[in-house]
Amino acid sequence: MTDVAYIDRPNRPLYVYAIFYLAFLYIPVMFLPLFSFNDNIYITFPLKGFTIQWYVAMFKDQPMWAALNNSLRVGCVSSAIATLLGLFVAKAVTRYRIPGVKPIIFVIMLPMVVPLIIMGVALLILVTRLGFNLSLYTITMAHVLISVPFAMATLISRFEGFDPSMEEASSDLGAGPWSTFWRVTLPMVAPGVLASFLLCFTISFDDFIMAFFLGGTDPTLPIFIWGQLRFPFRLPGVLALGSLILIISFVVVFISLWLRRWGVEDTQSGI
Amino acid sequence: MIETTIEVSAPAPRSRSWRGRLYAWYLSSDALKGFTLLSPTLLVMGFTMCIPFGIMVVMSFWTQIGFEFDTVFTLGNYAEAIEKPVYRALLLRSLTISSICTVVTVLVSYPMAYYVAFHVRKRKMAWIILMTVPFFSSYLLRIFAWKVILGYNGVINSGLKGLGLIEQPLAFLLYSPTAVVITLAHAWAAFAILPIFISLEKIDRSLLEAATDLGDGPVKRFLGITLPLSMPGVIVASLMIFIPTVGDYVTPTLVGGPDGLMIANLIQAQFGLINNWPMGAALAFDMMLVVAVISLLYIWLTRKAMENIA
Repeated sequence: MTDVAYIDRPNRPLYVYAIFYLAFLYIPVMFLPLFSFNDNIYITFPLKGFTIQWYVAMFKDQPMWAALNNSLRVGCVSSAIATLLGLFVAKAVTRYRIPGVKPIIFVIMLPMVVPLIIMGVALLILVTRLGFNLSLYTITMAHVLISVPFAMATLISRFEGFDPSMEEASSDLGAGPWSTFWRVTLPMVAPGVLASFLLCFTISFDDFIMAFFLGGTDPTLPIFIWGQLRFPFRLPGVLALGSLILIISFVVVFISLWLRRWGVEDTQSGI
Repeated sequence: MIETTIEVSAPAPRSRSWRGRLYAWYLSSDALKGFTLLSPTLLVMGFTMCIPFGIMVVMSFWTQIGFEFDTVFTLGNYAEAIEKPVYRALLLRSLTISSICTVVTVLVSYPMAYYVAFHVRKRKMAWIILMTVPFFSSYLLRIFAWKVILGYNGVINSGLKGLGLIEQPLAFLLYSPTAVVITLAHAWAAFAILPIFISLEKIDRSLLEAATDLGDGPVKRFLGITLPLSMPGVIVASLMIFIPTVGDYVTPTLVGGPDGLMIANLIQAQFGLINNWPMGAALAFDMMLVVAVISLLYIWLTRKAMENIA
């Protein structure tokens, strides 16, 4: 790579473009925290003055806490299940030669591209035909479905990043498949498991569409926010809540993506 | 791998019971072990994706009567979906908005992916993470942010008024197809970069070196090598934006206004206010089919085009 300096040399116009691009990605959402501290019920320039009253009001809002509690419960359960399912798949496809594995992976990846409304509607039909009530359980089920592809992708790249000879050594030394898995495989992919859990959690925590179709009377946080958007006087509260959610999810996703590549020396492993 | 060592360390299968033999046989088969590991996930995916989809397709041939369904097979919903101008118009508008959004996003994201693949040497990972993070932050809040920016008294209008550049707020910003395109492009930008970046990263740098040695300039090098070799990434990126955006209904609801409504709004309404589930199922399946046909055509056409160039 030393002789290709003419390819790798810094390119100023492209660098400027890249900075603008990142600005385009980040600046729009930055307006939420900006206006959340503005002492004005209307979201408009010029800024009037600094206040934290919207945050104070938000912390006193009981329905918000209930919705947050629902979201946390759904998020934890669905991401734990999705990560476990992703772990099985990642282990299977990276360690065994399975005939017809490509179409299987394709099917598991489908929820990543199929419009969410289709899956939401289809699950809604199934659930009502089976006579179940819409509840947090049905939302959890839907969130497992949309999280599994991301869990699988995260864990496969982690599994590919470590040497299978470690597992071979373990079984050479007399460990059975289960103890090899618990004592060798799992500790080595642990960062990937954590990354997958965090990523699935944010997907569940942020999901609106599946919760919209499959939710009962208990709202998750995005459904709660959606309800607030109808009332103009509620908007500053949404700004405060939204700012907190954005900051927390940025941090969680950042940790998740970083963990996933931590110790793995390649940048080609996709999303 | 594992199976060979198991046979060495375990006693010979012959000396065991039939259960032991079955277990040894199981351990020696890669495919069986693989499928056993895959089975829980496949079961869950089958129950939550394949079966529901099948039931949805079946329901699309039914008719709604009040709160009950008439389960006699009929093509009536599909006939209505094709004949009624409003359905066709909404589907066409969805396809147009999504296509424009896809083209814009891919064009804007390509240079970014190119920059990170070819010109960033240190901290590539940090750049990739920076570009990916917004995609996983709340979709609803990102749309809401655009509502705040484009609104009648929003960031742009009040900002421009404050600077004295305009007298009256620009009304066309919010509640228009343009607003939908901008919001969708922003929401899916992160998704477009990754596939393009991966395909650029895979390009063998010695090819570019060779082209330079043979006297090709930067433009010829790009058009002759980089662009064709990165086309698979571009195709994946376009499909990953086009397919989900056709079915989006949250963005049109929040920033689209009456002129920006899309087919998914209608599907959602069939399951809500209009309460005609079979019609909704038919429209959903109809949309899927159209999107699938367009996607396959697109893949086929780009492949043809690439073959002609090569």
